[in-house]
Amino acid sequence: MVLEQRSVIAEVLAGKRIAVTGSTGFLGTALIERLVRSVPECELVLLVRPGRRGAQARVTRDVLKNDAFDRLREEMGKADFDAMAAERVTAVAGDVGTDGLGLSGDDLDLFLSADIIIHSAATVSFDSPLDTAVEVNLLGPQRIANLCNEHGVSPHIVAVSTCYVAGSRRGSAPEQLPDESPYFVAVDWRREVEAARRSRLDEENASRQPGQLEQFRSEARRELGAVGTPALAAKTESLRQAWVTDQMVANGRARASSLGFPDAYAYTKALGELALVETRGDLPVSIVRPSIIESAWTEPRPGWIRGFRMAEPVIISYARGLLSEFPGVPEGVVDVIPVDMVVAAIVAVAARGPKEGGPDVTQVASGTANPLRYKNLVDYAEEFFTANPIYDELGQPIAVAAWRFPGRGRVEGQLARARSSLERADAVLEKLPLRGRAAEAAMRLQSRKELLDQAFGYVELYGAYAECEALYGLENLLGMWDELSPEDQEAFGFDPRAIDWKHYVQGIHLPSVVRQARAKTTPGKKVGPSRATRLRGQVLAPERHMAAFDLENTLIASNVVTSYAWLATRRLPPGERALFAAKALAQGPGWLALDRKDRSDFLRSFYRNYRGAPVDQIETDAVELLSDYLLSKAFPAAIRRVRAHRAAGHRTVLITGALDFVVEPLAPLFDHVISAEMGRVNGRLTGGMTAVPPTAENRFQALVDYADANDIDLRESVAYADSSSDLPMLEAVGFPVAVNPETKLAAIARKRGWLVEHFDKQSGAPGRPLPIAPRTGARSEPMLSRALNRAPGRAPEKTRR
Amino acid sequence: MSPRKAPRPGLVLDVDASTPPILFHHGEGFRMEKLPPGRSRVIYPAEPLRGLEDPDGAIRDALENPIESEPLRALLFKGMKLTIAFDDISLPLPPMRRPDVRQRIIEAVLDIAAEVGVDDVHIIAALALHRRMTEDELRHAVGDRVYDAFSPSGRLYNHDAEDPEGMTHLGTTNHGEEVQLSTRAVESDLTVYVNINLVSMDGGHKSTATGLSGYVGLRHHHNVATMRNSKSFMDPENSELHTKNWRQGDVIRNAGIKIFQIETTINNNTFGETGPLSMLQKREWEWTSRDRMQFLAMQGGMRYLTCSAKRRIFHGWQAPYELTSVQAGEIEAVHKVTTENTYAQHLVPVEGQTDILTMGLPYISPYNVNSVMNPILVMVLGLGYFFNLYRGKPLVREGGVVIMSHPTQWDFHPVHHPSYIDFFEQVLAETTDPIEIEKKYEKQYAEDEWYKHLYRTSYAYHGVHPFYMWYWGSHGMEHVGQVIIVGGDPKAVRRLGFRPASTMQDALEMAGDTVGPQPTITHFHNPPMLMADVT
Repeated sequence: MVLEQRSVIAEVLAGKRIAVTGSTGFLGTALIERLVRSVPECELVLLVRPGRRGAQARVTRDVLKNDAFDRLREEMGKADFDAMAAERVTAVAGDVGTDGLGLSGDDLDLFLSADIIIHSAATVSFDSPLDTAVEVNLLGPQRIANLCNEHGVSPHIVAVSTCYVAGSRRGSAPEQLPDESPYFVAVDWRREVEAARRSRLDEENASRQPGQLEQFRSEARRELGAVGTPALAAKTESLRQAWVTDQMVANGRARASSLGFPDAYAYTKALGELALVETRGDLPVSIVRPSIIESAWTEPRPGWIRGFRMAEPVIISYARGLLSEFPGVPEGVVDVIPVDMVVAAIVAVAARGPKEGGPDVTQVASGTANPLRYKNLVDYAEEFFTANPIYDELGQPIAVAAWRFPGRGRVEGQLARARSSLERADAVLEKLPLRGRAAEAAMRLQSRKELLDQAFGYVELYGAYAECEALYGLENLLGMWDELSPEDQEAFGFDPRAIDWKHYVQGIHLPSVVRQARAKTTPGKKVGPSRATRLRGQVLAPERHMAAFDLENTLIASNVVTSYAWLATRRLPPGERALFAAKALAQGPGWLALDRKDRSDFLRSFYRNYRGAPVDQIETDAVELLSDYLLSKAFPAAIRRVRAHRAAGHRTVLITGALDFVVEPLAPLFDHVISAEMGRVNGRLTGGMTAVPPTAENRFQALVDYADANDIDLRESVAYADSSSDLPMLEAVGFPVAVNPETKLAAIARKRGWLVEHFDKQSGAPGRPLPIAPRTGARSEPMLSRALNRAPGRAPEKTRR
Repeated sequence: MSPRKAPRPGLVLDVDASTPPILFHHGEGFRMEKLPPGRSRVIYPAEPLRGLEDPDGAIRDALENPIESEPLRALLFKGMKLTIAFDDISLPLPPMRRPDVRQRIIEAVLDIAAEVGVDDVHIIAALALHRRMTEDELRHAVGDRVYDAFSPSGRLYNHDAEDPEGMTHLGTTNHGEEVQLSTRAVESDLTVYVNINLVSMDGGHKSTATGLSGYVGLRHHHNVATMRNSKSFMDPENSELHTKNWRQGDVIRNAGIKIFQIETTINNNTFGETGPLSMLQKREWEWTSRDRMQFLAMQGGMRYLTCSAKRRIFHGWQAPYELTSVQAGEIEAVHKVTTENTYAQHLVPVEGQTDILTMGLPYISPYNVNSVMNPILVMVLGLGYFFNLYRGKPLVREGGVVIMSHPTQWDFHPVHHPSYIDFFEQVLAETTDPIEIEKKYEKQYAEDEWYKHLYRTSYAYHGVHPFYMWYWGSHGMEHVGQVIIVGGDPKAVRRLGFRPASTMQDALEMAGDTVGPQPTITHFHNPPMLMADVT
């Protein structure tokens, strides 16, 4: 490690205790890294939300293990680094979202003993709900000030804010407090807090109105199908919560724009600055306002970035050909600042201390000193992605579109049109009974829609920024720069004039973004085991306990209706078969509608058709049904899978709404069969169920009961099913597999990364358009004697072939 | 029976410039191929021998005047246990028109049994590890009246080699081969075996020692070593398969089990002397314009049909086979006569071997009657059956090339061939070496409970059956240098370990890699059935 002993900043901060909030974020991590590396004698206290593992573990995992520290770890050696970190970095559990920061005892004392508090915690997401943004961004800084005042300590508070507190406007935005600006609309931050909290209550109430709840329910039903009440209820509730969040996000955006801010983030940050200034009392306060923070220019290494920042999704969408237009004016300025410069400026401000007459404001931006024009950025990006294209899943390079700098309205209009046509197509597809590969194709359309939604979101969110033409004054920043010693300038560079934008975009930022996005940058198809192969390996691993299988369309392409038709026609004379088929066809649509509504109601009502059938005859015929019909509709790969599970030592279970006697011939494949059971009286079927047929949530319950009774861990079990109505069962196990899924399940499986299997009927299987049984029963005079005593040499009877 | 000229014997035709394109069977279709003149020859089967004028009379005569045995009537007595076992659906190919020979014979036997007053009669389809026959198939073989009289009471049924109660272990041969037989046959006072000899492999002790046996007995001769030592398995004199069956037959006889063997031969009137397919058993240069028109119409029409439709049409064909001989009595004595009678129809003398043997594989093999000819069955029909239809030495020289023509689709019948599907997907994906396959996988498939369940209750070939198919081809695989399939699904062909070619021309060129330029070519013009007597 090279120690810049002559660095004034390092010397000033040596021996100081610095408390930092927001250390797990992008800026925070970079800040901690720089302080640890470049200010070797300072001590750090990090306020973090403890999570499940506790504060210290969180710091180790989320901060110190980050690749930002790789440089220092390499320089020092891992053991020394760990020892040094253990000595200098202490975590305290707290949360800036609660009054008193949630601190107590030793943690509180330690935090308050700091010489400097750098507050960088914020909800930076541009689409956070209004009240969340208010609690963290608006109230956070003043909570720190209150705490210090209450306990009579006065550390130097360095609050990280944003340039965008200046609001959406054109022209210069100097380094002054928001209310000093002539454009500021005077609002009382306390009223804003109250309003935000109240608005959460209002939305919660609105979401609980019967009409609204009904809408959530029908949406849940549309998405999941007939999954049974518990699963529907869970989905309905999660839809309700999502709705409330959406409303709160919209409320935030609306309130922000009504006051001239691009979004809730800038709005809450601006009021946060005012709240801090108002409540600080005599506390020394400095405010640092970065613009858009992007990957590092040089420290800890060029291109270092954490997480997906604001511009990255837009860039990647562009490179993937999803986004060909983004609003903005060509000559407009994209005010980007590398993270290491922001960090250096914060450290410099902390070392320098508050200016007389505080609170002082330092903006860290590039727009006025070294502007990056939107047009140049686009040209650089286009050049870069033309030379280094991203490849699609087939290994073909994706060509990027020429950028046209349309206005925001036009882009939104285009996206909206594309979205509504996709939505219409989607609505049609959703109603079609698609399965397997066709369903996957429909699902691709849906994922296309999701991407479009995303793009729409970007435009909505970032459009305001791209169109913002404010020029952020850098007087304080550059003044501070000029006062630095050459050694400090070397060690803590924050002069935006040093940036070569072309090199930054093409040589540093974009490669880093592409790496971060794990986009495919080599041609050709993926080599090595595919995801599916890996998942398949997990599913068949010997540690699994049980594999549960649905029957219809999972193992066999048939259903209860066809089985019934086969059994019912088995003993019908030829003439009546056609009549039966006609009757069945006429009843079909009614059955189908009932099935869609509630599967177990349908089964119960359909199974009444069996009333009065002789048990022994049905059982004999069921064996033939398997051979003549079911096996020819079976998926050999699925049956092979059942056997593979058994070979791997798993317990195999068939769980189906089909009738016990129908599935009986399949029993040897399974260790246990859970099926619908029909009552028997005097050797005849009653047509009634002895218990609720195992469908939807009953299926889930039956599986849970079976697992409990047999000491099976469902988290270590596998379930195979084809329809979203099996969702409760699939969700209950650790390794769900969607087999030939219909559209809904295909979409769900894709989102959750489940294994999807396409099991096909055997090619070459005899085609069976109608489930009609081959004839059985006597065809000749049942008189052996006649057969035996006929005149010798006479030609035998003519019989139908 | 139509008056007919004396049937002409088989023929070896040397191909010259004036030879018309030669017919190749190609699954549910045909190819016409021009063979290189000057170095090609075509072996044609003999024309169908004349059938017996009075088959029922001949049958009665055989029962009353058996060879080296008392007449059947004398072997029957009141209160006895009588079992009639008969050859299953794999014979003949394609199935014959009603009445089936088996029906005629079983009815004749039942007539005598009824006259003597025998009540305890069981009729068993001797299918070893083949699939069970369906109701329709049983009805076709034994006739409706026998079926309706015996099946409902459970006295007509399919042999079940996996029924632990139903099989009896009879001991071992002096070579250590275990012998297993249907318990019903063991406990019967007499077992009458009703055979149809389509090819010279069938019949003799193989009828009972194989047909009424199970895995325990079969594994001693249904294995790679035996098949590679059977040159060929169509020539009982030189077949290790038959030697072992005969040894097992001795054990059965010595165990005091009485068998009255009835064997029949049929002519090779496969496609009829008139009718829509008659041109298929004519020599190409003798096709009339009507034959040509019919052939073209058939080819044209089939272009518009789906695979399964074509399958249905072809599997609907029933051959107008006629009985050419029937003999009954002591197994070995009977079988000698039968073999001579089979040879009389099939043998065609051929001089010298060839570099390249070509064959057009038809839509049917012993194991896909009313079913699907899957790739494994394509292999076994070509390299197992057709390759082995020789006496003396193989038609193709050692290290030569076999070119077969068949679409070889990746199609399987899920009910009939479940273990084939898994064998193809799992075993052949790993290796095609018969020895390795036998060593590594046979036991697992043979003892698999699910396959056993399907074999016993459904209509599935036994789990081990695809292995036997692979062993059946092992002599051929060892002998030839390369196998090419013309017009086959390339993926399926490669899985078999063969090379796909899209035209005969391509195949002949590819064969040049193995046999050099200007190779000699012999086309095996079968079916109708023929057997090469190679000197």
